[in-house]
This record gives sequence, structure tokens and C-alpha cells, in this order.
Amino acid sequence: MKIPSKLWFWQILLLAGLFLLWHVLTKPGFIPPIFFDNENRAAFFFGEPLRVLRAMWAWFADGSVYPHLWVTLEETVLAFAIGTLAGLVVGLWLGLSPLASALLDPYIKAMNAMPRVVLAPIFMVWFGLGIWSKVALGFTLVFFIVFFNVYQGVKEVSPVVLNSVRMLGANRRQLLRHVYLPSATSWVFSSLHTSVGMAFVGAVVGEYLGSAKGMGYLIHMAEGSFDINTVFAGILVLTIFALILDFLVSFAERKLLVWRPGQSETEPL
Amino acid sequence: MSSTDSALLLDAITVVFAARSPGAQAYTAVRDTTLEVRGGEFVSVVGPTGCGKSTLLNVAAGLLQPSSGSVKVFGEPLAGLNRRAGYMFQTESLMPWKSTLDNVVAGLHFRGEDESAARQKGEAWLERVGLGGFAGRYPHQLSGGMRKRCALAQMLILDPKIMLMDEPFSALDIQTRQMMENELLDLWSADRKSVVFITHDLEEAISLSDRVVLLSAGPATRPIGEFVIDLPRPRDVAEIRLTPRFIELHDRIWHAMKDEVLKGYRQTRNKLTA
Repeated sequence: MKIPSKLWFWQILLLAGLFLLWHVLTKPGFIPPIFFDNENRAAFFFGEPLRVLRAMWAWFADGSVYPHLWVTLEETVLAFAIGTLAGLVVGLWLGLSPLASALLDPYIKAMNAMPRVVLAPIFMVWFGLGIWSKVALGFTLVFFIVFFNVYQGVKEVSPVVLNSVRMLGANRRQLLRHVYLPSATSWVFSSLHTSVGMAFVGAVVGEYLGSAKGMGYLIHMAEGSFDINTVFAGILVLTIFALILDFLVSFAERKLLVWRPGQSETEPL
Repeated sequence: MSSTDSALLLDAITVVFAARSPGAQAYTAVRDTTLEVRGGEFVSVVGPTGCGKSTLLNVAAGLLQPSSGSVKVFGEPLAGLNRRAGYMFQTESLMPWKSTLDNVVAGLHFRGEDESAARQKGEAWLERVGLGGFAGRYPHQLSGGMRKRCALAQMLILDPKIMLMDEPFSALDIQTRQMMENELLDLWSADRKSVVFITHDLEEAISLSDRVVLLSAGPATRPIGEFVIDLPRPRDVAEIRLTPRFIELHDRIWHAMKDEVLKGYRQTRNKLTA
């Protein structure tokens, strides 16, 4: 299959086409109501792209969205950073200690299987309505993804590489630093796209369930007053920032994992 | 030669692997094997596949504790890893996340040697194994032969007195392999280390070694023959295969080996049909 050279042009064209379709299908009186019994219904349920964009414009023009966006990003980054770090440390520990991993195995499986969103109200009781209850929720989502990947990464370190490095004279600390950690890091990165998304989910869902600030709060308030256009504006802003975060992760991945086949341009020698 | 000249002595080594599941039998990989390598001697250990050659090498490296018997390195009993030995593995052993140069200097780094001196030494070694321009490459960007050269430099930079090599070139094509064998002989003759070279390829064993030790088919492998290779050095591994003396030696060792190969083959087949 041949990929067109100006891919981004076609991607933007597709986006414009989708917005146009949305506009045509929801503008009151533009096409006769086929499905709904009233010509204003489609706009009520699905919003109107022009109004959505106008709502977004208003947010950014008067700057009222920035404090909310800032809070959500703060929660996301904190949940992501703390969750990743804890997952890395615990993953390395359990990966290297067969006794601890055998002892804790059923508990970890149980905690992973538990739907953690139900913990959100408990976190609110524990940590209050501020950012930390959202960070805690995001943490529980991120931690397990990173933990399982690191655990797997430690288990799958090539025994040959391990023996080779031991024969080269590495002590236990050097093994950790030069073999286990880099191996685990590559697994962490493969899970990073998922865990950034999960940190975001934790933050927004937490805000949605109870807060006074954040994008989730904005969306929740708009839903309360049936302001569908503002709801969509909130979703769009969140989506854009999720894309930006994902791009940043890809960028870091390219910089840090040059050694991995397929990550960098492999030249035939 | 006198016994003080002994570099490595495996004395009556037996290795028994415990059964993995209850009801299964314990597996005796090596039984009552004695192998001595003198200082500066190149010894090849040949045997049919699956006969416990690698097990023996792991014992010599200190990676595996024998069930009974003792290991002596330059007359001293071995405790823990064999610090005077370098090990070259059959499969990929380079750290994929480190560049060629960082892989080569890793051993010096672990010893806490000065960073810039180590790098200089590493670059010199890369030059010696023909990887001069490839210091910044990662293992996946190199060919199989280049990775083996890198592993060789990684081992030799630490100047081990004993080199343990476990079928290091078996994954290479025949031309690359002969080139690597010649380079190994060049490097080895520069300052004679003791070498234990494991292989299943008799021609490789004869063309490289001073002595070839023949192992029986597994389980419970033991040495069944020893042949001194009196071919003149320096050798070219491709050319020496055509000399009458090589063919004569090959013939003799092959006859001794044939029965064991057939035995090993029958055992594997019986296991499959059982």
C-alpha cells in the first residue's frame, strides 16, 4: 500500500469533512428532519460545530479555561509521574524477589481486577475535593500498567546477557543499573502511551465526580444545564491535549530508545 | 608439564539437575569428568549435541555449582564466579541498550576504572577486532559477525587468563566463521591465554586447538578420548583443512566419535517415540 506523501494534508481534509458533515446534519432547518420529529432536535442532542468552536474560542479568548485546563494537566502529570515511578520501583522489587512476588501475587491480581473508579468517592473522603483525590485515582490506573510491564521486563531479561554481564564483573547494584533498569525502561515506554491516557482518564473522571475546578468539572456543569455545545467544546479541548501529551511521549521515546530495533532508522551496513 | 602450570582443573565433576516436577527423574548432565587445561593451552571440547558441554563450561565459569567435584583455577579452589576467566556465549550476549563502545568498556567500568582511559582502551580494542568506525552503533545495527567481534573485544579487554568459549561462531556462515577463527588464533597467539573452546564441529576443533577432548553422548557425559593436535602454528584454518596430517587426525577422532554420535541420535529418537 502506498502512503500519500502529504499525509497531513489529507488528515486535515478528513477532519474538515467530518466537521462539515456534522454541521450539515445538525443545523436547524438545513435539511428536513428525517429521524427526529423536530428540526431543532439534532442540534439539541449533538450540538452544532460552529457553536462548539465559538464556545472554545470564548474560553481561550477571555482566558477563563486556563485555570481549569491547568488543574487537569497538573493532576494528569502528577498521577502519571508518581504512578510510573511507583510502578517502576515495585515492579523491579517484585521482579527481583521471587519470595515477595509469590507472596503478593494474588493481592496484585485482585487489585488489578478491581474496578478502581469506585474508589473515587473514597479518595475524596481521604484527600478532599482538591487535586490529590484525582491524582490518587489516576495513580491507581497508571501504577498497574507500569508495574506489570516492568515486572514482565525484569522476568524477560535474557539470561545470557545477565550471565555475560556477571562474568564481566558486575556486582548486584551494577546489574540493576546496567541490565534490569534499561530492560525495564524499554517496557515502561511501550506502556507509556496507555498510561498517559489513563492518567488523563483518572483526572477527568475524578473531576467529573466531584470538584470545583478542571475540565471534567466544566463538562459536568455544562451537562447539568443541557448545554451540549459546551460539553462538546470540553471534549474537544481534552482530545487536543491528549494528542499533545501523546506526541510528547513519542518524542521522549524516540530520544531515549535509539538502541531498540525499529525505533530508529536501521541502515544496512 | 608440572601441575603448577595448570590454569584450570575440573576435578571429578558431576552435575545433577533436580527433577522439575515430582515424579520426574533427576537428570545427570555430567558424570565424574576431569579436565585439565594448562597455561596457554588451547583445548577444544567436542561432543554430540545435548551432551552437557555447556554445563561443563558453566561450572568452569562458576555460574553453576557442581553437585560433586572441585574446580581449581591456577591451583586455587574456585569460590563464586571465576574472576580470571572471560566467557563468550553461543547466543547474543551484548547489552542491546549500549553502543558497541559502551559494551566493550563495560567490564572496565564495573571495575571502576577511569572513564577516559577506559574509552581509549575500548577504541583501541574495537580497532583490533575490525570495528574501528562502529563505536557509536548499537548491536541491532551490526551484522552477526560484527556482534561476535564486539563480544570478543568485550571479553579480551579485561585480559582474562582463561577464555571460555561456548560454540561462539556456530551461528555464523562458513566464510565469516573461518575469518573469525583466524582472527581468534591471531589474537590468541599474541599473548597465549588458556582457552576452553566448546564446539560440535570437529573440523573447527582440530584446526584451532592444541588438544581435542571428546565427550560421550548425554546423559551422564564423561570424556572418552583425548587427542593431541600436533599441527604447526601459525595456522590458517581454511588451508590447514587440506593438509594430510589434518585429514589423518580428523579420521582418527571421527572414528572414535561416530559411535557416540549414533548413541546420542538413538537416545533422542527413542525419547521421541516413547
